[in-house]
Amino acid sequence: MMASSYNAKDEDGHITVSGPGGGTLRSKKPENTAFKQQRLPAWQPILTAGTVLPAFFIIGLIFIPIGIGLYVTSNNIKEFEVTLYDMSGPHQNPFRNCNNVFMYYGLSNFYQNHRRYVKSRDDSQLNGDLESLMKPSKECEPYAYHENKPIAPCGAIANSMFNDTLELFYNDPNGTKIQIPMTATGIAWWTDKHVKFRNPTDNANLTAVFQGTTKPVNWRRPVYELDTDPQNNGFINEDFIVWMRTAALPTFRKLYRIIPKKNSMVPTLLRGNYTLEVVYNYPVRSFEGRKRMILSTISWMGGKNPFLGIAYITVGSVCFFLGVVLLIIHHKYGNRNNSADIAN
Amino acid sequence: WEYYSINPFHRTVYIGHKEPPPGAEAYIPQRYPDNRIVSSKYTFWNFIPKNLFEQFRRIANFYFLVIFLVQLIIDTPTSPVTSGLPLFFVITVTAIKQGYEDWLRHKADCSINECPVDVVQQGKVVRTQSHKLRVGDIVMVREDETFPCDLILLSSSRHDGTCYVTTTSLDGESSHKTYYAVPDTMAFRTEQEVGSLHATIEYFVGRINIYKDKEEPVARPLGAENLLLRGATLKNTQRIYAVAVYTGMETKMALNYQSKSQKRSAVEKSMNAFLIVINTVLKYAWQWSPDRDEPWYNHRTENERQRHVVIRAFTDFLAFMVLFNYIIPVSMYVTVEMQKFLGSYFITWDEEMFDEELGEGAQVNTSDLNEELGQVEYVFTDKTGTLTENNMEFIECCVDGNVYIPHEHEDLFFRALCLCHTVQVKEEETVDGIKRGIHQGRPTSFYISSSPDEVALVEGMKRLGYTYLRLKDNYMEILNKDDEIERFKLLHVLNFDSVRRRMSVIVKSSSGEYLLFCKGADSSIFPRVVSGKVEQVKARVEQNAVEGLRTLCVAYRRLSESEYEEACHHLTEAKLALQDREQRLAQAYDIIERDFVLLGATAVEDRLQEKAADTIESLHKAGMKVWVLTGDKMETAAATCYASKLFRRSTQILELTKKRTEEQSLHDVLFELNRTVLRQRSISGYDLTHVYCLDFGLIIDGATLSAVLKPNQEGAGHGNYREIFLEICRNCSAVLCCRMAPLQKAQIVKLIKASKEHPITLAIGDGANDVSMILEAHVGIMGKEGRQAARNSDYAIPKFKHLKKMLLVHGHYYYIRIAELVQYFFYKNVCFIFPQFLYQFFCGFSQQPLYDTAYLTLYNISFTSLPILLYSLVEQHVTVETLKREPSLYRDIAKNSLLRWPVFLYWTCLGVFDAVIFFFGAYFLFDNTTFTSNGQMFGNWTFGTLVFTVLVFTVTLKLALDTHHWTWINHFVIWGSLLFYVIFSLLWGGIIWPFLNYQRMYYVFMQMLSSGPAWLSIILLITVSLLPDVIKKVLCRAICPTATERAQVGLGTNSTVKLNL
Repeated sequence: MMASSYNAKDEDGHITVSGPGGGTLRSKKPENTAFKQQRLPAWQPILTAGTVLPAFFIIGLIFIPIGIGLYVTSNNIKEFEVTLYDMSGPHQNPFRNCNNVFMYYGLSNFYQNHRRYVKSRDDSQLNGDLESLMKPSKECEPYAYHENKPIAPCGAIANSMFNDTLELFYNDPNGTKIQIPMTATGIAWWTDKHVKFRNPTDNANLTAVFQGTTKPVNWRRPVYELDTDPQNNGFINEDFIVWMRTAALPTFRKLYRIIPKKNSMVPTLLRGNYTLEVVYNYPVRSFEGRKRMILSTISWMGGKNPFLGIAYITVGSVCFFLGVVLLIIHHKYGNRNNSADIAN
Repeated sequence: WEYYSINPFHRTVYIGHKEPPPGAEAYIPQRYPDNRIVSSKYTFWNFIPKNLFEQFRRIANFYFLVIFLVQLIIDTPTSPVTSGLPLFFVITVTAIKQGYEDWLRHKADCSINECPVDVVQQGKVVRTQSHKLRVGDIVMVREDETFPCDLILLSSSRHDGTCYVTTTSLDGESSHKTYYAVPDTMAFRTEQEVGSLHATIEYFVGRINIYKDKEEPVARPLGAENLLLRGATLKNTQRIYAVAVYTGMETKMALNYQSKSQKRSAVEKSMNAFLIVINTVLKYAWQWSPDRDEPWYNHRTENERQRHVVIRAFTDFLAFMVLFNYIIPVSMYVTVEMQKFLGSYFITWDEEMFDEELGEGAQVNTSDLNEELGQVEYVFTDKTGTLTENNMEFIECCVDGNVYIPHEHEDLFFRALCLCHTVQVKEEETVDGIKRGIHQGRPTSFYISSSPDEVALVEGMKRLGYTYLRLKDNYMEILNKDDEIERFKLLHVLNFDSVRRRMSVIVKSSSGEYLLFCKGADSSIFPRVVSGKVEQVKARVEQNAVEGLRTLCVAYRRLSESEYEEACHHLTEAKLALQDREQRLAQAYDIIERDFVLLGATAVEDRLQEKAADTIESLHKAGMKVWVLTGDKMETAAATCYASKLFRRSTQILELTKKRTEEQSLHDVLFELNRTVLRQRSISGYDLTHVYCLDFGLIIDGATLSAVLKPNQEGAGHGNYREIFLEICRNCSAVLCCRMAPLQKAQIVKLIKASKEHPITLAIGDGANDVSMILEAHVGIMGKEGRQAARNSDYAIPKFKHLKKMLLVHGHYYYIRIAELVQYFFYKNVCFIFPQFLYQFFCGFSQQPLYDTAYLTLYNISFTSLPILLYSLVEQHVTVETLKREPSLYRDIAKNSLLRWPVFLYWTCLGVFDAVIFFFGAYFLFDNTTFTSNGQMFGNWTFGTLVFTVLVFTVTLKLALDTHHWTWINHFVIWGSLLFYVIFSLLWGGIIWPFLNYQRMYYVFMQMLSSGPAWLSIILLITVSLLPDVIKKVLCRAICPTATERAQVGLGTNSTVKLNL
C-alpha cells in the first residue's frame, strides 16, 4: 500500500520535471506528412487472372483483325525481283494497278553497316561547309585525300556509291522497245535533300565551287556532274543522298527510281514483256555479293511484308488462347479460394 | 585507459611547463600537438586531388575511368562522352556532397577551436583560445563549461576534491559522474597555489610525481577517476583546476566503401567478359578471308594495316569492352547509394517510432544495412533496459531469511544498503538525470546513479526509515529511524565490475569500527559467506527470482585494525602498480572480499517494457529466433522470458546449465538434448502442419557456455561440442542465455554468425555491456538507455517495441525494394546490351553500335533511371498495416529469397528474351522491305532507334507492371520519363546540331514515327515482350500464391482467422 502511494508521487514529480524538456524535444518529432509517413494515397493494382483476363481478350480481339488487315494489304502488293547477274531476257509484268511503281536496287552481303564504313563520312562537308570541303574530316581516311587534293565527297560511303544504270523498256508486241519514263527525284528524304545535304554555296556554277577538290577514286565523274538538273546535282543529288543513308543490314535495297502513274484509269505498267537494261559497273563478285532489281508497289504500310501481319495474327491468337486458359484457371483456383473462405 | 595505451610512447607532462628539479629526471622538452581540432578531411587546396583519389579508389569508379581512358586512346565504337559524361556526373555529385559535408566540418571545427579557455599562467588566469592550449597548461573550468581537452583534475572548488561531470555530449548519458582530484593537490584553492605546483605526470603509466621543496618527490597513482575527457561538461561544481594532458586529436576516419551488390556486379562482369570474348573470337573467325575483312569499298588506313595482329586483336578486345561495358552501368552504384541514403530517411521520419516520453525517434547511423533488416534470422536482445524498463522498484528485502522481521542484524543490513553504493545526492531540481523527488519538508533532492538498482535500493531504505543524506568530506551521513544522523567515514570503494558482479565499501563507523559491506549477485556472494542464515536467504532469493525480480545479496565483514591496514596496503599497491593494474586490483579485491557474514537479500522489480511480449511474439511469427542474453540469474531471466512470451506454456525447455552439468558430464547433456531435438524434428517431419508442433526453448548459462566453447581437449573422439550446440540452437525458437559476461554476449553472436548458414544477426541492447555484442552482429540496434555507445550501433530506436516496425515493415520494404532495384537494373541493361551483341552478327563484328551516342549515354542516366529510383524509395507491395498484422509475411523474404539464383536466372532469361524480341522483331520488319508509304528507305540509325524505342517503353512498362503502389509521384515519374524520351528524341533529331561532327540522327525519329508499320511494330513488340512476365505473374499467383500475394488480395486475413478458429 505504501509502495503504491509513493509511486503516484513519483510519477507526479517525473511529469513536472520532464514537462518543459518534453516541449523542446517535441520539435524533434517527425512531421506527420503523408509522404514522410509513407502514407500517400495510392492505387494498388494487382495482376490476377481475373483482372488480366479481359485485357487478353481485348488484345486478341484487336490484334487479329489488324493482323488480317495487314496480311491482306501485304498480299495485294505486287513485287517483282530479278537478280542482276543473269541479265537478259524479257520479263512478264505482274503489275496491273494504276499507282506509282517503285524501282529498287538491292545488294546483298554488302556491309554498309560496318563501323569503319558507317563513320567514314564528313557530315559538315556534305552540309556545304567550305572549310570541310577543303579539309575533310579524319574520319574519312583513307578516302580523304587523293594526290594531295581533298576528295569531295570524302569517305568510304561516297567512294563506293552504286553506279550501275538501270533502264526499263516495254517490249511492244510490234517489236519496238519503248523506254519507260522514270523520275529520279523524290527518292530521298525531304529533310535530307533540303537541310542535311547542301552544296557548298548557292552558286549555280558547281564546277567553280568544287575547284581544288578531286572526285572520289572510284567515281567516273566528279560530284558536280552527277546530273544535269542543278536541283539534283552535287551533294544534293538524290541518288547520292540515298546511298549515303547507310543500310541497317548487309542485305538491303535502296530506292532507285519511281515510275509515276499515268492516270487513274491506265495501269502504270501495261501488261506485256519488259526488258531491263543494265550498265554493269558495280563489282560485287569480290565480296560474294549479289545485285538485284526490284519493282514494287507501295501501300499505306509500305512494301510487301507479310511478317507484320502474320505476327499480329499470331500474337492475337496467342493472347486469345491464353485468355481462355486463364479463364479456366481463374474458374478453378478462384473457386477453390472462395470455397476455402466460405468454409470458415 | 585503452584510449591512451594505443600510444606506445612514454609521455611525460610537465605541469605548468616547469622543469623537474635537477636530479629527478632529465628534462626532455616534448612536442605535443596543439589543441586544434581538425575533423575535416580536406583543405581548400587539396580538395580536388584528394577527393578524386578517394573516389577512384573505389573499384567501380576506377573501372569506368579505365573504360573512359580506353575510349580516349584507341579508336572505339562510341565516343568518350558516352562513358565520360556519366562518370563525370557521378564524380561531381559525390564531390559536391563530400565538399559540402567537409565545409560543415570546417565550420564546426572553427567554432570549437576559437572557443575561449582560461589558463593559469604565472599564478594568473589568462583567457586564450582553445586551439592555443598546450599539454601541461593548467586550465580553469567553470560550472557548465565544457572541457577543452583531456584533463587531469588537480583541485576543485568542492571541499572533498570531487567534481561532477556529465558526458551527455559524449555518450548521451545524462547521469552525473564523480571525478576525484589528485589528493595532494586537492587543497589548492587559488590560481597562485595552483600555479606554484611543480609536478610531472608520467602519462603512459599513469602516475603523477609531485616535487616539493627539499623533499622526496611524491608519486601518486592516476586513474580514470582523475581524467576528465574532452567534451564532457562540468556540473554542480563552481570551478576546477586541471592540467591538460592530451590535446589535439585522433581521428579515426575509416572510409567504409562496402558494396552490397558485389555478387551481382561479379555476374555482370563475367557476362560482360563473356560477350567480349565471344565477339572477339567470332570476329576473327569471320574475318578469316581477307575479302571479308577489307572489301574493296571499305579499306583500312595505311596505319591500321601496318599494326601488328596482336595489337589489332587487343584493340578489338578493348573496343568490344567499350561497347558492352554498359551492362555494368555507373548509374547503378549511384542509384543504389542514393536509394540507401534517401531510403533511410523513412526510418527517421517514422512517427510511429517516435517516443513522446523520451522525445526521440529512430536514428539511422549506417544506411548500408537497410535491406539486411529484412533478412534477420537471429535477434539477440539484452534483458535489462531493453526488454524491461530498467526502471527499478524496490519490492522487498529479506533479512536473515525473514522478510521484514526485525532482528539484531536488521540495523546493520539497512545501514549496509545505505552505505554500499555509489549514489549521489542531487539537491537542485533543475537537473536532468534520473530524478526522484523527496518531499519531506526539506528541499527536494534526488538520488543519481549510473545503476538504477542502487537508486531503487537507497530509496527503498528511505521508505524503511533509513535515509542516505549525502557524502560530505568522505563522511557518509545517514538519517536513521530515530532521526539521528549517523556518520561513517568512507575509506574505500571497491567498484562494481561485471566480472566480480559485486561491489564493496569499507567504512569506519563513528565508534571506530572498520566495516566492509558488500553487495552483489547471489552467485558471487554465497561462495564467500562463512556464516549467516544462508539456507533461508537462498530459498527466498530463488523464490524471488522465479517471480522475475532482480535479487541482490548483502553481506558484511568486520575488519580489525590490522586487517584494515592489510587491505589498505593491497589496494594502494594495486592502484600504484605500473603494469596490469586492472588485474592486480582484481586480485586485491579478491583477497579483501571474503569471509562474509550474510545479512540478507533484496528484491527489485524491473517491469517489462510495453508491448515487449507482443513484439517478441511477432518476431517469432516472422520466423526469427530470439535470444535473450542477460547477466541475471537464470530464474529471474526465465520469469521475464515467460512474461514476455519468449517461452510459452507449450515450449519445451531444454536446460544446459551448470546445475545439470554438475550431475552429468557436459558431453552427455549435449548429446541428450540433441537427441530430443532431433526426435521431435523427425516427428514433425511427417506432420506437415507445423502449427501444433512443439517448439523448444533453450536455457544456457555463462559457465556452461564457456565450457561448450572451450576447445575440446579430450580429443577428436568426442566430436566438437560447438557443432552439437549449434545444432541444438538451430532447432530452438527461443534461447535464454543467463549469467553472461559482456564478452560472452559477443562470443555467442559471433558463434551464430559464423555458423555454416551465415545467418544475418541483429543485436539490440542499451548498455555499455552490450556494445561488443552490437558491434559483432550484422545489424546493431541500440535501445533507450545506452547512448553510451549509440554510435557503435547501426540503428537506434527508442523502445524495444519499435523493433517490430523496424524489421517487419521497414526491413521488409527495404529488402524488396533493393532486390527489385538490383535485379531490374541488371534486366534493363541486358535488354539494352544484348541487341547490340546480336547486331554484331549482322555488321561483320565491326563493333558498330546499334544505338546513337546520345541514347547510349542517356539510357541509364535519364530515360530509365528515375522510375526505378522512385520505385526503390516508395514501393509498398503490401500495406504497412498488413505487414504489421501478419508477421509471417516476413518468412516470404527470408533467406534472401528474392536475390537467389532462380530469381536471378528468371530476370536474365526475361532480359534475353526481350532483347531477342526487340532485335529480331525489328530485323524481320526491316528485312529487305520498305517501311514507308512513299517508298523511301530507312537506314541503320532508324533501325537502332526503333529497337531503342521499344526497349525504353518495354523496360519502363515492365517496372510499371511490378509497381504495386501507384502514388501520384509514380504516375508522374513513369509517364514523365517516357514523355521525356519522346520529347528528347524529337529535339535531338529536330535540329542540325552545330557542335556535332555528325548528323546521323537528323529527322530519324520523326521519319520513323511517320511510318505506320513502325507504330504497329512498336506496339506489337512491346506487347510480346511484356507477355511472358504477365503470364508468369498471373499463373504463379493463381496456382501457388505466396503468403504475400494472398495478403495483397486480402486472403491472408482469412487464413489467420482460420487458425484462430
